[in-house]
Amino acid sequence: MTHYRFHILCCGGTGCKASNSAGIVRKFEAVLKEKNINDVQVITTGCFGFCEKGPIVKILPDNTFYVQVKEEDVENIVNEHIIKGRKVERLLYTDPKANAHIADSKHMGFYKKQMRVALRNCGFINPEDIREYIARDGYAALGKVLDEMTPEQAIEEMKKSGLRGRGGAGFPTGKKWELARTLVPNAEQKYVICNADEGDPGAFMDRSILEGDPHSIIEAMAICGYCIGATKGLVYIRAEYPLAIRRLQIAIDQAREYGLLGKDILGKDFEFDIELRYGAGAFVCGEETALIHSMEGQRGEPTIKPPFPAVKGYNGMPSNVNNVETFANVPVIYLKGADWFSKIGTEKSKGTKVFALAGKINNVGLIEVPMGTTLREIIYEIGGGIKGGKKFKAVQTGGPSGGCLTEKHLDTPVDYESLAAAKSIMGSGGMIVMDEDNCMVSIAKFYLDFTVDESCGKCTPCRVGNKRMNEILDKIIKGNGTMEDLDTLKNLANVIKDTALCGLGQTAPNPVISTLDNFYDEYLAHVKDKKCPAGQCKDLLSYVINPEKCIGCTACARKCPVNAITGVVKQPQTIDQEKCIKCGTCIDTCKFGAISKQ
Amino acid sequence: MDMIKITIDGRVYEVENGITVLEAAKRNGIKIPTLCHMNLKPINFVNKPASCRVCVVEMEGGKGNLVPACATDVRDGMVIKTTSARVLNARKTIVELLLSDHPNDCLQCAKSGDCELQSLAATLGIREIPFKGIQSTYKKDSTLSVYRDVDKCIMCRRCESMCSNIQSVGALSAVHRGFPAVVAPAFEAALGESSCVNCGQCVQVCPVGALTLVDNIGDVVKALNDPTKTVVVQTAPAVRVALGEEFGMEPGTIVTGKMAAALRRLGFNYVFDTDWSADLTIMEEGTEFLGRVKKFLAGDKDVKLPLFTSCCPAWVTFYEKNFPDLLDYPSTAKSPQGMFGAVAKNYFANKIGVKREDMVVVSIMPCLAKKSEVARPELGNGKDQDVDFSLTTRELAHMIKQYNIDLKELPEEDFDSPLGQSTGAAVIFGATGGVMEAALRTAYEVYTGKTLPKIDFMEVRGFDGIKEAVIDVNGLPVKVAVCYGLANARKLMEEVRAGNPNGYHFIEVMACTGGCIGGAGQPYHHGNGDILVKRMEAIYREDAGKPIRKSHENPDIIAIYKEYYGEPNSHLAHEQLHTHYIDKSVKIEEVK
Repeated sequence: MTHYRFHILCCGGTGCKASNSAGIVRKFEAVLKEKNINDVQVITTGCFGFCEKGPIVKILPDNTFYVQVKEEDVENIVNEHIIKGRKVERLLYTDPKANAHIADSKHMGFYKKQMRVALRNCGFINPEDIREYIARDGYAALGKVLDEMTPEQAIEEMKKSGLRGRGGAGFPTGKKWELARTLVPNAEQKYVICNADEGDPGAFMDRSILEGDPHSIIEAMAICGYCIGATKGLVYIRAEYPLAIRRLQIAIDQAREYGLLGKDILGKDFEFDIELRYGAGAFVCGEETALIHSMEGQRGEPTIKPPFPAVKGYNGMPSNVNNVETFANVPVIYLKGADWFSKIGTEKSKGTKVFALAGKINNVGLIEVPMGTTLREIIYEIGGGIKGGKKFKAVQTGGPSGGCLTEKHLDTPVDYESLAAAKSIMGSGGMIVMDEDNCMVSIAKFYLDFTVDESCGKCTPCRVGNKRMNEILDKIIKGNGTMEDLDTLKNLANVIKDTALCGLGQTAPNPVISTLDNFYDEYLAHVKDKKCPAGQCKDLLSYVINPEKCIGCTACARKCPVNAITGVVKQPQTIDQEKCIKCGTCIDTCKFGAISKQ
Repeated sequence: MDMIKITIDGRVYEVENGITVLEAAKRNGIKIPTLCHMNLKPINFVNKPASCRVCVVEMEGGKGNLVPACATDVRDGMVIKTTSARVLNARKTIVELLLSDHPNDCLQCAKSGDCELQSLAATLGIREIPFKGIQSTYKKDSTLSVYRDVDKCIMCRRCESMCSNIQSVGALSAVHRGFPAVVAPAFEAALGESSCVNCGQCVQVCPVGALTLVDNIGDVVKALNDPTKTVVVQTAPAVRVALGEEFGMEPGTIVTGKMAAALRRLGFNYVFDTDWSADLTIMEEGTEFLGRVKKFLAGDKDVKLPLFTSCCPAWVTFYEKNFPDLLDYPSTAKSPQGMFGAVAKNYFANKIGVKREDMVVVSIMPCLAKKSEVARPELGNGKDQDVDFSLTTRELAHMIKQYNIDLKELPEEDFDSPLGQSTGAAVIFGATGGVMEAALRTAYEVYTGKTLPKIDFMEVRGFDGIKEAVIDVNGLPVKVAVCYGLANARKLMEEVRAGNPNGYHFIEVMACTGGCIGGAGQPYHHGNGDILVKRMEAIYREDAGKPIRKSHENPDIIAIYKEYYGEPNSHLAHEQLHTHYIDKSVKIEEVK
C-alpha cells in the first residue's frame, strides 16, 4: 500500500463544482504528474460547508484550509506547500475580526463551535469509494446491529438515543420505527423510505449528505429495514439533484457488490435492497403522504392521517419515512451508543442539527451544531456576524414554514421546543439572517409567494386562503393597504393555521404571523404612513435630488431610462415623480451623493 | 354493537364506535355542514378527501388544530365543539374564501336553487366577502351532454371520485397546483376528446354549477311552437318515479298519469312511452340472445357469448372506447330510445300521413348520455336523426314549471296509442337488473313454450354492484350477471377478454348507480342514497301493478310485428331496430 505524504482534499459539492472544483482537481493531478510526485493523493470529497469561501482545498495531515482557490493557484500550492512545505498565505482564510490568516480550519470561527455528527464524513472522504467509508467505520454499525441486537433491542436503542425527525416535525425516530414494526405485524411487504425531497428554499443539507456521504444513508436504511422488518428501501430524491443521484447510485452499486445490500447481508439471514424514485421537485411532496402518492404515480398531494404510513403507506403497505439527515445520524448512534448521543443537546432535543446559514451574514454555508446552541452563537460566532457591519434585524428559521425571530430571541437555544415557543420552527434547518435593509412585510410576502406557488391546491384554506393573504400583502407593499386589511390578514392567518389539511398549509401563515407579532410597526408604517422603513418597497419610495448637493452635471438625466430627470445644466436637477420608475440608476450614477431614496 | 360516550356541544351522547364525528353528530340531530363529503349509502361509497374544511370542529386534546368531522373517528370520552366562536369563524372564513374565487352569478346559474354552496352561504348568513382578489378562469367546455364551467369548481373532487372510482373512466382529475388547481381532463383537453362516456355522474354529484347538463328546453319549445311540425314525445321508465320530487312529492311517488297529462298540456301532439319500445327491445334482444345460445348449443365455436345489453349509451361508449376488440359481444339492438325514434319516424309518421321531416321526436330521459346518443349517425337516416332532442327529467320539470303547470293538481291521463301501451317488463328497465329480468321473462317462455312458474327474478334485483344468477331454462342452466357502475363493468369485460372463465351467457350493464333511477338527468339526490332506494321500490311497485308483465304479451307489440316488422330480427327489424359499434379508443397522441 502506498504511503501518502499529503492528501489534497478538494470539495466536490454542487457549490464548489459550480466554481470549477473539478478543474482544480484535474490541474492538481496534472501538475503532480508533471513534477513526478507520487506520494500525494488528490481526493474529491463532499461539501465542507463553508460555501461562502469555495472552492475549498484542504491539505492533510496539517489541516491547512485554502479558500477561493482557482485553477491558476494549483501550481503555486504544489510548489510551495507540497514541495517546500510552506503554506500559501494569500489563499488562507482571513479572520475578519483579527484581520489575520488562519491556516488550520479547527481554529476558524466558522468551525470552532461546530460539532459534525451527521456531516462527519462530508469533506473528508471520497463519496464515490466505498472503501473510504468503510475505513471510517462505515457499515460497522450495521454489522453490530445484525450481530448483537434483535430488532426490538435495536429499536429500544434508537428510542433511548432521543433522535427526532430532522425533516421538521421532530417525531421521535425510535417511536416511528416501533410503530412501523408493530402496528401491522404480518404485512406482506414493508418499506423503508428515505425522504430526499429537500424543498426549503436555501436548504441543502440533505443534498450535501447524499453527495458527500451516501453510504451513511444506505447503512441507516438497512438498519431501519432490519428494525421494522422491511426488505425494500426507496429513496425519493428530487430530480434536480443530479450529482446526489449519481453518487447515491454509485454507492448503492458498490454496496451491492460488497454484499452490504441484497440477500444474506454480512452473512446473516437479512435481505435488503434500495431503489431510487425521482421527484419532480414539488415542495408538498416532502409531506410523507404526498411523497408516497407521488412515488405511486398518483398526484402528489397529501391525504388525511390516519391511516399513517406505518399502517398504510407505499402501495398500501406499512412504510417508514425518515429524512436524509435523520438517517445520517443513525449509524453513529449504534456505533457510539445511545448514551453518547443523548448527552449531546438539550433535554428534549438530542444530538446536533445541520443548518443552512444564509442571508446577510459573513459566513454563508452549511453548519452543524449541538442542539441548544443559541441563535447568537450561530449568527455571531459561526456566521461571523452581519455583513458590512450592518445592524441585525431578524433571523428566519425553518424555511417558508418558519417564523422570523428578532433581537430579543437571540439567546434562544436552538431546539424543537424553544423555537416553537418563540413561534417559529426548526423545520429542515433553513436559517436566513436579515439586516436593517430588509423590509419584513416583503420578507413575509417572499415566503408566502413560495407557499402559494407550492400549494397542491387540495384544501380550501391553503389553495385560496394563502393566495388571498398574498394579495393583501401585495396591496400593503404597494401602499394601498388599510387597517381593515391588517385585521383580515390576522384572521386569515389564524384560520389557515387552524384548518389547513397538511403541514404545508398549516405552517404557511407562520412568516405572516411572526412578522405581524414582531414587526407590527413596519406593517403600520406601510399602511398608515405609506412608508417602507427599510426603503425596500418601490411603490412607497421616491427618489429625490438634494439641491444643495446637486451641481447640475446632468449625468443622471442622461442615464435615466424614462427621461424623468430635467433641469438646466449647472443648476440642481429635479425628478418627475410621475415618470420615475424607481430603478435606482440615478443614485448609482451620481458622484456627489445628491440623490436619495425617501 | 360497541357503544362509547362522546360529548358534543356540552351534551353527552352514546354513539357507535368506529363512526365519524360527522355521522355521530348527524344521528343525534346535529347537522354539521359539509361540501366535499358525500356518502352514497346504497353503494357504500364515501367521498372523503377532507379537503373543503367546512366541517371542521374543535376537539379537546389532540394537536390543537381544528379537525374535519367527516374524517375524524369518534373515541370514547371525546369532547367536540361544533359551534364555538373559533369554529364558526373558521367555517365562515372558509366559505368566504370559496366565494372569493367563485363567479357568484347565482341568478343566472343553472344550479341556482340546487347549489350546496349557495345554500351554505345563506345558512351562514354571508353578506359580504372580505377578500378581493383574482378569480380563477378556465375555458368553458361542453360535450353534447355535459357542460363544464370550472370557474365555479370548488375542488370537492366528488366528480373525480365518481369518474375514477365508480366508473373507472378517469376522464376527470385534478390538474395544476395551488390556486389554479381545478378538476379537468388530462392535459386540459376538451371533455369530448377524453375518455369521457357522458354518463354525467359527475354532474349528478357536483355541489355547485361547475358541471351541469346541456339544456335543450329551448329547442323543444321552438319545435312545439312550429305549426308545421308534429311533435311526438316518449318518456323513459325511470322518469315517472322521480319527476314528482321536483314538485315536492315524496321520493318514490309514481306520477305516470300526471306526467302524461302535463306533456299533453305542454303541447306535444302525441304522448307516447319509451316503455313501449322497451318491450320491443326485449323482443329483438331476447331473440338475438336465444339465437346465439342455440348456435352455441349447436357447437358453433365462433358465437359471441356472453351477450351484453346495449340499452345504456354511456356503457356503449365505454366499451367502444375501452374494449374495441370486443365490439361483437354486445347486442346489436338499439336502445329503447333509439328503437322508438326509428319506429316513430318510419312506421308511425307514415301511418298518420306525416312526412318524416315534419315530425319531431323528443325523448324524456333520466340520462345525460342519451343527449349524445341521439346524435349517433347510426341512429338516423343520414339526413336527420330518429330522435331530435333528448330532455332530462330535470329539464322536463323545468319546462312544466315554465308553462305554469302544477303537476300535483293534474288529473291522471293515459298515453296515446299505438306506441303507448307497455308491460311491467318494460318499466323495470329503469332499475339495475330490470333489462335482464324482462329478457328472462320473455326468453324463458319463448324458448320453452311454457309459462314461467315464478315471474319475479329476485336474484337480479337490488343494489349489489355485481349480481350473478344461474337460471334454469328447461334444463339449460343460463348464467347471467348484472352490474351497474362502469368500474364493475370493466371487471366483467376484462373477464370476458380473458376468456370468460365464469362462463357467463348474458350480462346486463348500466352505468349509473342503481341503474337509470340514479341517472344523471334525474332530480339531484345530493348524496342522499335513500332517494335511490325509494325510486327503485317504486319501479317494482309499478311493475307489480301492471296487468301484463311480459313483453311478448304486449298486444301493441304483437300487432306491430304482424303489421310491419314480420318477426323479431327480421330483415326490416335489423334495418331499423339494430345498430353497430365503432372503435372509439382514445389515443394519447391525439389529445391536444
